[in-house]
Amino acid sequence: MAKRALKAPADLTYEQAFRELEATVLHLEAGDQALEEALALFERGQLLAARCSELLEGAELKLQQLTTAGSGGARPVDLEEED
Amino acid sequence: MAQIALLGLASPVLSVSDLTRRVRELLDTDYRLQDVWVSGEVSNVSRPASGHLYFTLKDAQAALRCVMWRPDAARLLAPPRDGEAVEVHGRVSVYEASGQYQLYADTLRPAGEGLLYQQFLRLKARLEAEGLFAAERKRPLPAWPARIGLVTSPSGAALRDVLHVLRRRFPLAEVTLAPTPVQGDEAPAGLIAALQALNRQVHPDVILLVRGGGSIEDLAAFNDEGVARAIAASHAPVVCGVGHETDFTIADFAADRRAPTPSAAAEIVSPDITILSEDLHLRQARLAETLGERLRTLRWALDEQRFRLRLSSPRAQVAGARQRLDDLGVRVQAAISTGVRLRRVAVGGLVQTLRAIGPAAVLERGYAVVSLKDGGGVVRSRKHVQPGTALEVRVADGAFPARAE
Repeated sequence: MAKRALKAPADLTYEQAFRELEATVLHLEAGDQALEEALALFERGQLLAARCSELLEGAELKLQQLTTAGSGGARPVDLEEED
Repeated sequence: MAQIALLGLASPVLSVSDLTRRVRELLDTDYRLQDVWVSGEVSNVSRPASGHLYFTLKDAQAALRCVMWRPDAARLLAPPRDGEAVEVHGRVSVYEASGQYQLYADTLRPAGEGLLYQQFLRLKARLEAEGLFAAERKRPLPAWPARIGLVTSPSGAALRDVLHVLRRRFPLAEVTLAPTPVQGDEAPAGLIAALQALNRQVHPDVILLVRGGGSIEDLAAFNDEGVARAIAASHAPVVCGVGHETDFTIADFAADRRAPTPSAAAEIVSPDITILSEDLHLRQARLAETLGERLRTLRWALDEQRFRLRLSSPRAQVAGARQRLDDLGVRVQAAISTGVRLRRVAVGGLVQTLRAIGPAAVLERGYAVVSLKDGGGVVRSRKHVQPGTALEVRVADGAFPARAE
């Protein structure tokens, strides 16, 4: 199995980080790696989970609006809401 | 005399009841009058305590008395108002007691709806025959809608409701609004342009097409053929959420999923963040658990090896050898002691025997040893003795000299 370069967690979207975390846990559970590799996997898993947590905590719905006449591009819009 | 017979035929004299009954039968047996929609303007609405609904339908030339019994009247969303243009469905008959023919109504609707409804049915049938609504065309919704497109009025409650739900459930999403009128003449073109623009510029993972509820006229744009085709052609799956619970619009049929309201549409597409959070914690726990297991297993294996190592180490071997040596030493000692003891006994025995057969014992018994004086040797024979030979006689307790005679 070729070793792919792992992206820094900070660069991952939630979906990416979570997927990798899933895979890491499965890999670790399969339990057929040397101790050093297992420890490395664990550490990576921790980082990924931390990234996911961070994204969940700080998540704020982003809203943007298409410019009229479909001339291309969208501009961000503030959510003015009375809940 | 009463009658003048026309054409020479005698006319029978009928009672009022007979005549009325005849008229009633005439109407009751005309099938066209037994299932009829009538349009007109409402007036003289009356709803007495009985709950039955009485009103008049009229137009420029004529008026028609109507009655709707309570069960049917109760089902109406709203009772008809004076001056309202409506279409009423029912059957025509005669109320004999008053000689009144009237429409016995079972349902009514605002005027014009009838026509729109017809159009709706025809379009639905045509598009269905084309396969536009086929189940196989429906696409599954993405599990992770990172980008959500929204087609709705910028000023309606639907927008607010959708954003509210998304913020609660899935704030990780990026929502792009393509604003458009959702009713009126510009609505169909606006809806189509919005769908196309979203697909072209934003490539969302899913599109929500929503508006609040309304009458069939209000929803006309959602029964538009062009809009239905634009939905079918959308690259992103479309979830249609028009705020009426019961009826379906053409857009509902064309969409990949239909929701009863805008909020429901938002819920359908979005994962619940609390569940995501729980799932995350679960995985973190599994991660830690798995590693913990691993370490425990490794530690046990290590301990076992250590133990076995200790057992077979050089030091252990030496100690073992030493132990064995000690054991042997003890045994040797024991063996030696025993050997010595046994020998002693044996020697003692021999000594005893020796004593018994030694000269001392013989002497004790009374024998004497005669020897020639001055070490001349033991006399064994008389030949060696002449008178006057000097002898030494040894007896048990000593020796004395003697001379042979």
